[in-house]
Amino acid sequence: MKVTIDNITIEVEPGTTILQAARKIGPEVAPPAMCYYEPLKASGGKCRACLVKVTAGSEKDPRPMPKLVPSCITQVQDGMIVENTINEQVLETRKGIVEFLLLNHPLDCPICDQAGECHLQDFSFQHGVQQTRYEEERRTFEKQDLGPNIQLHMTRCILCYRCVFTADQITGKRVHGVLNRGDHAEISTYIEKAIDNDFSGNVIDVCPVGALTDKTYRFKNRVWFTKPVDAHCDCEKCSGKVTLWYRGDEVIRVTARKNQWGEVLDFICNTCRFERKNTADWTIEGPTKVARHSVISANKYGANKIVPEFARRLAASQYKDVHEERDTSQLDIKQLPEERFKALIPPAGESAVAGIRSIQNWAEDK
Amino acid sequence: MSLPKILTAHTHLPGIETFDVYRKNGGYTAVEKAIQTMTPDEVVEEVKKSGVRGRGGAGFPMGMKWSFLAKPEGVPRYLVCNADESEPGTFKDHWLMKTIPHLLIEGMIVSSYALGANASYIYVRGELMYVVRILEKAIAEAKAAGFLGKNILGSGYDLELYVQPGGGAYICGEETALLESLEGKRGNPRNKPPFPAVKGLYQCPTVVNNVESISTTSWIVNNGGDAYAAIGIGRSTGTKLISASGHLKKPGVYEIPLGLPVQEFIYSDEWCGGIRDGHHLKAVVAGGSSVPILPAAMLLKTANGEDRLMSYESLADGGFATGTMMGSGGFIAMDETTCIVRNTWNFSRFYHHESCGQCSPCREGTGWMEKVLHRIEHGHGSMHDIDLLVDVAKKIEGNTICPLGDAAAWPIASAIRHFRDEFEWHITNPQEATRPGAVFKGHMELV
Repeated sequence: MKVTIDNITIEVEPGTTILQAARKIGPEVAPPAMCYYEPLKASGGKCRACLVKVTAGSEKDPRPMPKLVPSCITQVQDGMIVENTINEQVLETRKGIVEFLLLNHPLDCPICDQAGECHLQDFSFQHGVQQTRYEEERRTFEKQDLGPNIQLHMTRCILCYRCVFTADQITGKRVHGVLNRGDHAEISTYIEKAIDNDFSGNVIDVCPVGALTDKTYRFKNRVWFTKPVDAHCDCEKCSGKVTLWYRGDEVIRVTARKNQWGEVLDFICNTCRFERKNTADWTIEGPTKVARHSVISANKYGANKIVPEFARRLAASQYKDVHEERDTSQLDIKQLPEERFKALIPPAGESAVAGIRSIQNWAEDK
Repeated sequence: MSLPKILTAHTHLPGIETFDVYRKNGGYTAVEKAIQTMTPDEVVEEVKKSGVRGRGGAGFPMGMKWSFLAKPEGVPRYLVCNADESEPGTFKDHWLMKTIPHLLIEGMIVSSYALGANASYIYVRGELMYVVRILEKAIAEAKAAGFLGKNILGSGYDLELYVQPGGGAYICGEETALLESLEGKRGNPRNKPPFPAVKGLYQCPTVVNNVESISTTSWIVNNGGDAYAAIGIGRSTGTKLISASGHLKKPGVYEIPLGLPVQEFIYSDEWCGGIRDGHHLKAVVAGGSSVPILPAAMLLKTANGEDRLMSYESLADGGFATGTMMGSGGFIAMDETTCIVRNTWNFSRFYHHESCGQCSPCREGTGWMEKVLHRIEHGHGSMHDIDLLVDVAKKIEGNTICPLGDAAAWPIASAIRHFRDEFEWHITNPQEATRPGAVFKGHMELV
């Protein structure tokens, strides 16, 4: 059957969803997905990030659908016409969805382990607005240790339910789920129990934000300073196909391999993920191809690098000199004695001090 | 002229909650007629002819809903009665089940027979445990008399009827969340399609109907669909239970013929008897807290200046700009002592508390709107908060998995649409507005 998405027509199998059809065309027209995760059955439909406008239901019944529909769970009909990036209503709604998701999600990207791999970061960069209108106090939670290897930082959670589906579908013994309701809803284990089954680590991989983190990796590095390498081993429990994340010669993290949509190709066991951190444990296949636009690929893999067009457009329209609108009247740098500069930034040495000195000179000139 | 009574004809009789009194007054004749003289399809046909619309709030034609039921061979079908009534201002199902439980039981048997269900469930709001006990007693009585269980009236038709108390969440009144809850899971709404008629309870074809809807089926079987359709007006056929509350002289549950003028319903001594002495009608929520609020003058007259009627079409006349909805029939009247801002905040608190948290616009948006309304009501609002509320409501409406998002957005959007000056007064006169009992007096005429 034929479906047209953003004026591009494609043939797909019956049963294909709009999102899957759009992904076949390519990332330019693929709606964002925060809760949909292809390997997990029944996922999707919750975050509403992938809402699209169906302007013609099918060839037989070409009436438009009255509301926006979640593309991840809506199957295409023959002759369906869908608008995603070309529909104002869709883009306006997405702005709203980003705003809703960020109401209670802290912007602690500078210290979050997910920074650089965060789907919410990508989503808000592409569809969000620069400011929030939310003035109220944010929801916060205490961090929870879910066993020796996983930490739950519920404050960052966007309730996508992916980890719940993972626990339900691929782990032998499910011990965690959703408690409470509304904006009090939280992912948790029953009376803060540990998640101790062999595949529990996969909840980390499916989390689109930094709510579930790998305790063996937390705060060890920024992802863009690491070097991902595909590797495999003979594992009795899982496929053994992983990505090793190197810092220098040290393996600081092991994850499952993901496709260009950030979805796990093969779930891996906890032994591979948490215990095999030596190169000798693995057969190295070669550098991981990071096809998705991401800071992981930026400035690193020349051949594979994707520079998103929206970033160019944003830069072209909004670029301005850093000092253009800055109020410099409060700058009082020249009062700081030189010893203070050196004490403040010892590792960078003289060059850093020279940099700050140049700002000082600039301030004096002003 | 005697008014038609379909559901409340016998509710005044002492002991009507017992099987014997109910049976003496014509009870269970519909079961006898349906099972002994009609085929299931004939029962469905009569319900279709009657034009009865779902009385839970959505108003979808009941016969059409029944005809959508998938009928694959070898797969059980279920009838589930939605008795999870919990919309603020709506209490008619609760009253009906408490007063005349056998009416529902009889309706369940007739409807289950029509749909080919051999196991049916009545899902009752968890807080109403005493109603659960009343229904269980009624079921036991009906079973003892041979109207339930194996081989009903020697026809070979079997039906087991179960009462299931819910967990006490408003969202479980949404049909798919109800089914999840009935299956023992967290009461989260399911994505649709598939609709319950195809994959419902335990992934089998299921019809979910409201208490009032199911209770009408006995009368329809006894008197025929055409007789039912003769009552009412246009596509709003039959009678409707209205739970009237607020500043009325005679609040309570009334069975009205659809098409009754709203003016008559409020002011006639036969119905609500008017607004309490010395006061005037300011606004009404006509169909439970989730429907748009209307100022008194707009409620009584449509945009064309015609009398507004208690019917699905007339109440909705003009869309949301000038109309509202019949909804569940929770008729809340407010006189001039009602602060619309406080009232809206109060509704908003409810929806914030009851959102299941599954989809992002509803989870985050209901809480956000409630907090902004709290700010305005407590004298800390700013003028841009009003537009903010309108915008947030717009971003929620139509974008959520289930209608709870709409239910949270509509009351706020409509209150601002019709009473914006009252919101502005709260913001510009915070000291005056936050005094206990303070109400803005400067807006439109009262009736």
